[in-house]
Parts: sequence; C-alpha cells; structure tokens
Amino acid sequence: MISQLPFYIAATIAIIASIRVVTGSNAIHALLYLVVSLLAVAVCFYFMGAPFAAGLEVIVYAGAILVLFVFAVMMFDLQGDKDPIHYSKHWLSRWLGPVLLASVLLIEVVYLIINSANTQQYTSSIVSAKQVGILLYGPYLLAVEIASFLLLAGLIAGYHFAKSADDIGQSNDSMGGHL
Amino acid sequence: MSHIPLMHAFILAGILFVIGFIGVIARRNTLFMLMSLEVMLNSVGIAFIAAGSAWQEADGQIMFILILTLAAAEVAVGLALLIRLHQQRLSLDIDELNEMKG
Repeated sequence: MISQLPFYIAATIAIIASIRVVTGSNAIHALLYLVVSLLAVAVCFYFMGAPFAAGLEVIVYAGAILVLFVFAVMMFDLQGDKDPIHYSKHWLSRWLGPVLLASVLLIEVVYLIINSANTQQYTSSIVSAKQVGILLYGPYLLAVEIASFLLLAGLIAGYHFAKSADDIGQSNDSMGGHL
Repeated sequence: MSHIPLMHAFILAGILFVIGFIGVIARRNTLFMLMSLEVMLNSVGIAFIAAGSAWQEADGQIMFILILTLAAAEVAVGLALLIRLHQQRLSLDIDELNEMKG
C-alpha cells in the first residue's frame, strides 16, 4: 500500500490543478496550473508502468504544447472572462443543473465499476519503450503516416490562419508568392 | 513496480474528463475552453495507458501517442483561429463570436 501512495497523491494533485485550470480567471495562472496537472499525470503514468508515455507527456505536452499556449497568450491582451455571467447570482439556473446531472452519471459509473461482477484484480506492469517502438513502426506504420499528415495539415493551417489580413490580400494578388 | 488497480486509474480518468467537460460548457472564454479540451484529451490518455498496462500490451501507449499528435495539431489550428478572431473582433468571448458572417 505504501508503494501506491505516490500515485494517489499525484492523482489528487492532478484533480486539484485541473479544477483550478477550469475555474481560474487569469490565463497565465491557469496555464501554470495546467502544467502542474500534466506533470502530475506524468507521475501517474510512471506509477502505472508506462515510463515512455510519462516522458512523452513531459516533453510534448508540458514542453511543446504549453509553450504554444504561452506564445498565444502573449498575443492577446486578456484578463479572462470579460462578463462572468456564469459565476453571477444566476449561476444556479445556468450550469448547476448540467453539473448535477454529470455528477450523478459519474457516481453511477463509479458504482458500476466497483460492484461489477468482474472482480479480477488487474495490476500494472512495465511496458518498455522498445516494445512500444517495435509496435509503432511495425503494425501501426499506417497510423504513424496518418498522424504525420495530420501534423502537416495543422502546420499549414496554423501558418495560413495566423497571417494578418493584408498579408493574405497580398498573397492573393501575387499568387501566394511568399508562401 | 507498484500495483495500481485498474479501477482507480479509470476513476481518475473519469474525474478529469468531467472537470474538463464542465470547463468546456461553463466557460465563455475560448482560450479556457481550449485548455479544458486539453484536460479532457489527457484524461482519455490516462484511460488508454491504464488499460494497456493492465493487459500488458503496448497498444495503449500507441493510442496515447496518437492522442498526443491529435492534441498538438488541434492546439496549433485552434490557437491560430483564436489569434485571427482576436484580430477581427478584439474579443475572445464566445458569446460575442457567435455570428458567422463569413
């Protein structure tokens, strides 16, 4: 039991940080909470026996994707919700109902999982990075190619959308000369 | 390695998914909605990795890598769209961005 304790501490940190991400009003603070949440999830991955996924979580999610978020926040002069109607005195009628329904569904699912007939105790085991790599470039090669197409489409779309309007006008005039 | 019951990992994934879902439907700032989407994708990754670890297969981690690439592409396109919307409307409030006039 004592060896499982870090997993539960990290899970609690992930949940608390995610709640602060969702309920925060300052974008930079929320981004830092999101980094904390992703790091806690990486710890959970490690204790679930997936060290390769834990490394990817830290490198790609907390390293690359969150840096993209920070760069974008630098381009907005924002302070969060301008009109916080969903936290005003009408909040009870606006979103307490869906939250209660979702909570009831969550409690139902947890109850079903706990009381399911399949009481076989699964335990986590180490799946090494080599095992993942062999699978990734063997049977899953087509999925890797599709993912590369997806990333290329994201790159081109990001470049196209982030150009300013007069840039797009110029490129239409000159047949996209500086693409 | 420690033995984490699969049930507990699934409960963690479910709680994080619900937190992200509440963020998507309750927040009006599109940047925070995008961050809540990240929380949701992350919880799905937890579920895949827990299942792959329980059955001692690497397929769960393969699915997590694909979710990672999906999140990267989604964030790139979504943030570029937000930058364009902010340039045009000077706002990130989704209630002010609800008119699609082309």
